[in-house]
Amino acid sequence: MFVALRDLRHARGRFALVTTVVVMVALLVTFLSMLTAGLARASTSAITDLPVDHLAFTTSEEGADPDVTSSRVTETEWEAWAKEPGVSAADPLGIVTTRATAETTTAVTTFGVDPGSALAPAGLADGEVVLTAGAADDLGIDVGGELILDGEAFQVSALAEEDLEYSHTPVVWMSLADWQAIGARGVADDGSVATVVALTTDGSVDLAAADAAIGTTTVSTHDARAAVSSFTAENTSLTTMQGFLMAISALVVGAFFTVWTIGRQGDIAVLKALGAPTGYLLLDAVGQAALLLVGGVAVGTGIAAGAATLLGGALPVLVSPATTLVPAAALVVLGLLGAGAAVMRITRTDPHAALASR
Amino acid sequence: MDLRLDDIRLVYPDGEGTLTAVDGVSLRVPSGTTTALLGPSGAGKSSLLAVAAGLTRPSEGQVRIGGEVVLTPTTSDPDATRLRLDRIGLVFQQPQLIGSLTALEQLELQAHLRGKRRSTVRAHALELLDAVGLGEQAHKRPATLSGGQRQRVAIARALVGSPDVLLVDEPTSALDQERGTQVVELLTRLGRELDAAVLLVSHDAGTLGSVDDTAQMIDGALSNCRSGH
Ligand SMILES: Nc1ncnc2c1ncn2[C@@H]1O[C@H](COP(=O)(O)OP(=O)(O)OP(=O)(O)O)[C@@H](O)[C@H]1O
Ligand SMILES: [Mg+2]
Repeated sequence: MFVALRDLRHARGRFALVTTVVVMVALLVTFLSMLTAGLARASTSAITDLPVDHLAFTTSEEGADPDVTSSRVTETEWEAWAKEPGVSAADPLGIVTTRATAETTTAVTTFGVDPGSALAPAGLADGEVVLTAGAADDLGIDVGGELILDGEAFQVSALAEEDLEYSHTPVVWMSLADWQAIGARGVADDGSVATVVALTTDGSVDLAAADAAIGTTTVSTHDARAAVSSFTAENTSLTTMQGFLMAISALVVGAFFTVWTIGRQGDIAVLKALGAPTGYLLLDAVGQAALLLVGGVAVGTGIAAGAATLLGGALPVLVSPATTLVPAAALVVLGLLGAGAAVMRITRTDPHAALASR
Repeated sequence: MDLRLDDIRLVYPDGEGTLTAVDGVSLRVPSGTTTALLGPSGAGKSSLLAVAAGLTRPSEGQVRIGGEVVLTPTTSDPDATRLRLDRIGLVFQQPQLIGSLTALEQLELQAHLRGKRRSTVRAHALELLDAVGLGEQAHKRPATLSGGQRQRVAIARALVGSPDVLLVDEPTSALDQERGTQVVELLTRLGRELDAAVLLVSHDAGTLGSVDDTAQMIDGALSNCRSGH
């Protein structure tokens, strides 16, 4: 990069300008990516962190996408699921968002579970609830305190280790009987009800066939995020924004290097006339773009990740390699594609032009 | 090593028909000597030089350096590029320096393109800059050099790779007669010292006192009035 490095230094004003754009886009993309993941956790961590692998929903119409709000399963269904070969556990799980009152009132999501099942946190019994530390904080309550849910009083028996959330509300675990009692989803004529069936499977199970037989729609806990309405709305809009920003960044870098390369046509003709192979000139130019992109993206992503780490709890952001390094790498790759397309015109420069006066 | 042009023809497509820019030119430039190529505008001088430099392929004929055939109508672009890098020095009508490089770096670039470390040519490059009278300006960029100084950097750049052949297209057109004469003298002297065959295109017969030989080109062909000194 003999010429590229010196050009960078020589035209540092122009390169600084486009690098600043790259820094700012990287900052924004990284921030959005951390926010997307953070909001997704606040929306769905209680679902994705369930100690099961699949959830069976009922849907209002056949073929509709599963949705927590409208799903309602009965005892018949989870007993049928329990009998499917390859299913080691099929437990009812009731999910509903409601008001909780102790010192203060706040929205929580109640998770109704069988106290004996894998879904239940330690120390759960009828008449008792287990809170996340976040919920306890919000409500100004601790173990032993009394929590009012829909007019019924429950004793806090324990605090959960992890701050799991559902649709931006803290989770409160209670027994399925209590959950039904507070009128969450009523009691059916045909016995007990819940929202979904939580399945532990060993991979040999034929989900499609079982769904068809039982009348449910089963998805993995990861895919079940889409059944949480707050997640779908946030995730789609934030991901779209990131995609647009990445495309804009690639276009800006491509446009810059198009103009830059056109301005260099004379130099390129001279370099070719002096005996520089086209491949060398291409590498030189792409190397220059790579330097600019890696530098700009590293600074932008670094600032975003650093700020997010410092601000910590104030923002719902998740700092991880997936939310920082992955978008950074995508920005570099897309930018290189843009720059690469722009510098390809080097191959068309005729060294003969060096003989003409300019 | 001698430069030999054997029966070069160059035909450009021109609208419906063709235009013969060079029409059967044969020319020999012995090593260590300078031949000036004179002729009216449009005679085909630059075209002939472009063929000798491998910037354009001849329609017919061949170019030899030291007896070896180096360019024919079918030579590939990469081969011609390699030939320029290894064996041919070029000086253009305009200095055509790279704006971001200092005078010294313009010369070091040649070594870099050949895959050599810059440090290996630094002493030689400084020597050459000294020889063209720019020892003091080695670390200046083109923007801060005068037109004549730039042209001399371009000459040093063409010579730093110790080429067998030096091809020069109207190096004096941007200079006044006195400076033009000095540049031609410099080229002739350096060509002799470095034992290169120098072919120099010029409009301006008044600057050519120092050359060894001149050839006159008219309408794509050499006219027979060649004068040896
Ligand atoms: N790339 C090209 N395509 C078509 N015709 C060309 C091309 N280059 C030169 N010509 C034509 O070839 C002829 C010779 O041109 P050339 O540039 O070699 O002349 P020259 O002797 O160098 O003239 P000058 O002294 O004005 O530089 C001219 O008629 C010119 O129009
Ligand atoms: Mg010419």
